[in-house]
Amino acid sequence: MSTSAITIKRWAARGGHFGLLAAFVAFSAFPFYWMLITTFKETNDLLATANNPFLFNHPPTLEHLRVLVVDTQFVRWLGNTTLVGVSVVAITLLLAVPAGYALARLAGRWGQQMAIGIFLTYLIPPTILFIPFSRIIASLGLQDSLWSLVLVYPSFTVPFCTWLLMGFFKAIPRDIEEAAMMDGYSRFGAFLKVVVPNCSAGILTAVIFAFTLVLQEFVYALTFITSSSQYTVSVGVPTFLVRGDVYFWGSMMGACLIVSVPIAIVFNLFVDRFVAGFTVGAIK
Amino acid sequence: MRAPAARHGPTLLDDERWLGRLLLAPAILYIVLLVGFPFAIGLYYSVSDATVGTRTLHFVGLDNFRLALENATFWQSLRNAVVFTLVSQAFVVVLGKILAMALYRDFRGKWLVRFLILLPWVAPISLGSIGWLWIFDPVYSIINWMARGLGLLAPNAWPIWLGQPDLAMASVIMVNVWRLLPLATVIILGGLCSIPQDIHDAAAMDGAGFWRHLFLINIPLVMPIMLVALLFGIVFTFTDMIVIYVLTRGGPYDTTQVIASLAFFTGIQGGDLAGGAAIALFLFPVLVAVAILFLTLARRAEVT
Repeated sequence: MSTSAITIKRWAARGGHFGLLAAFVAFSAFPFYWMLITTFKETNDLLATANNPFLFNHPPTLEHLRVLVVDTQFVRWLGNTTLVGVSVVAITLLLAVPAGYALARLAGRWGQQMAIGIFLTYLIPPTILFIPFSRIIASLGLQDSLWSLVLVYPSFTVPFCTWLLMGFFKAIPRDIEEAAMMDGYSRFGAFLKVVVPNCSAGILTAVIFAFTLVLQEFVYALTFITSSSQYTVSVGVPTFLVRGDVYFWGSMMGACLIVSVPIAIVFNLFVDRFVAGFTVGAIK
Repeated sequence: MRAPAARHGPTLLDDERWLGRLLLAPAILYIVLLVGFPFAIGLYYSVSDATVGTRTLHFVGLDNFRLALENATFWQSLRNAVVFTLVSQAFVVVLGKILAMALYRDFRGKWLVRFLILLPWVAPISLGSIGWLWIFDPVYSIINWMARGLGLLAPNAWPIWLGQPDLAMASVIMVNVWRLLPLATVIILGGLCSIPQDIHDAAAMDGAGFWRHLFLINIPLVMPIMLVALLFGIVFTFTDMIVIYVLTRGGPYDTTQVIASLAFFTGIQGGDLAGGAAIALFLFPVLVAVAILFLTLARRAEVT
């Protein structure tokens, strides 16, 4: 093969690679691009079928964002979501960090079975649980309260994060703990003072994922919460901005962008670690 | 060397077995109380006549299951759920593998590309689905507008994406693929990155071409991790109803109704707790079987 043929081949491969990625990016990101355009467009412009939907036929507007912030309780929903998220993450860490460590290091054969058992609880779909939960929540007097969500969400974040953290703890070399115990720490002290700080990146990953799961959750929040001041973002926006047949498209799209983009940026930083912990737990 | 350790002595905090149980106990307790206990109630509801209004429960045996099995909508939902899950997962795994291989290479702007590809997974799915609701809008659908502009639509054709049975199923599948593709991609990418470089080098030395390399080395080595990705995809898809709830509410004529959404509409919105619980329970044995199968396969496929 001559050098020019090789060059052409290399350029073709590069072009193909670029085209492939461009197609995937278009598929993944187009809805968000579309949300961005919709957020800043006047409603008349959105609903005029004669207009080119890609262009701003009227000047861009901030009206939809104003509606979102002033006319709805969006800011309150963000606050609610944060409150629930932070509480659930705290409960999750308190339970899942020791459990993950115990499964990774302290439990022998029965630990293996226990780990699979915990994984299986993750498979019990919320659809089975929300009907009994709605009765339990009612008998505890927690209907329409954010605390019902704080109580229920750990039922899926704890198994998930225990599994994830087990993977991270397995990846930490045993020598670190053994050296710590030589230095006079107890078994538990070695875990608390040496292993946990060494695993801070893994724990942070678990925090981000627990928080994302909370943010995503829809079914329980839809079932347990009835008054609009107690909504979380994922339920409040679709419930409140759809009135009968009238959809507040601009405001809904804006809400979606405001919530998604910051999380996607944080997520992007941690995704490699997440994958590492996730797959080690599953196959080792 | 031993002196400082002696200060603690062989206490509870040093006994591995007891410490293990102690650390595990709170999590197990929470899971038993908040997963096991409701699950048991769910089992009991499914053999009772519980509704939202009643305070007393009566044992009715397997009546709810019989009613569910006699209901044509149940069978249709089961069929839909299987189609919805299998078709989406086929797309997700194949596309995820291709995308992971494209992302494996280093190139400029990789961070941005990965960020854009991850977006659908991190966006709250209820809101992401609303974005699609707008894209599929019967009057203002951008897809139709572009298709018309490109001359792909006949003059009188104007597909109603979420209103025509086949198109509605295709649409919810597409949104589900859109949403799950990022997760599958990053999991498979993690698997690709864990293949040692010398295996690639050895294959190149032996003169293996792209396809031979792909099917004899690349795919078998990533297989355990692809199975894990597939397992999570199946669990997410089979149990999830958000995409369907937001986009179609199971319509038109129950053609996109799946088991999870049917259980929700029957149990919560219809007030028939017992009937809903019975329908939801059909999901569980299927998922357990799938999980055991996949975890066994993943362990067996792991190349040692």
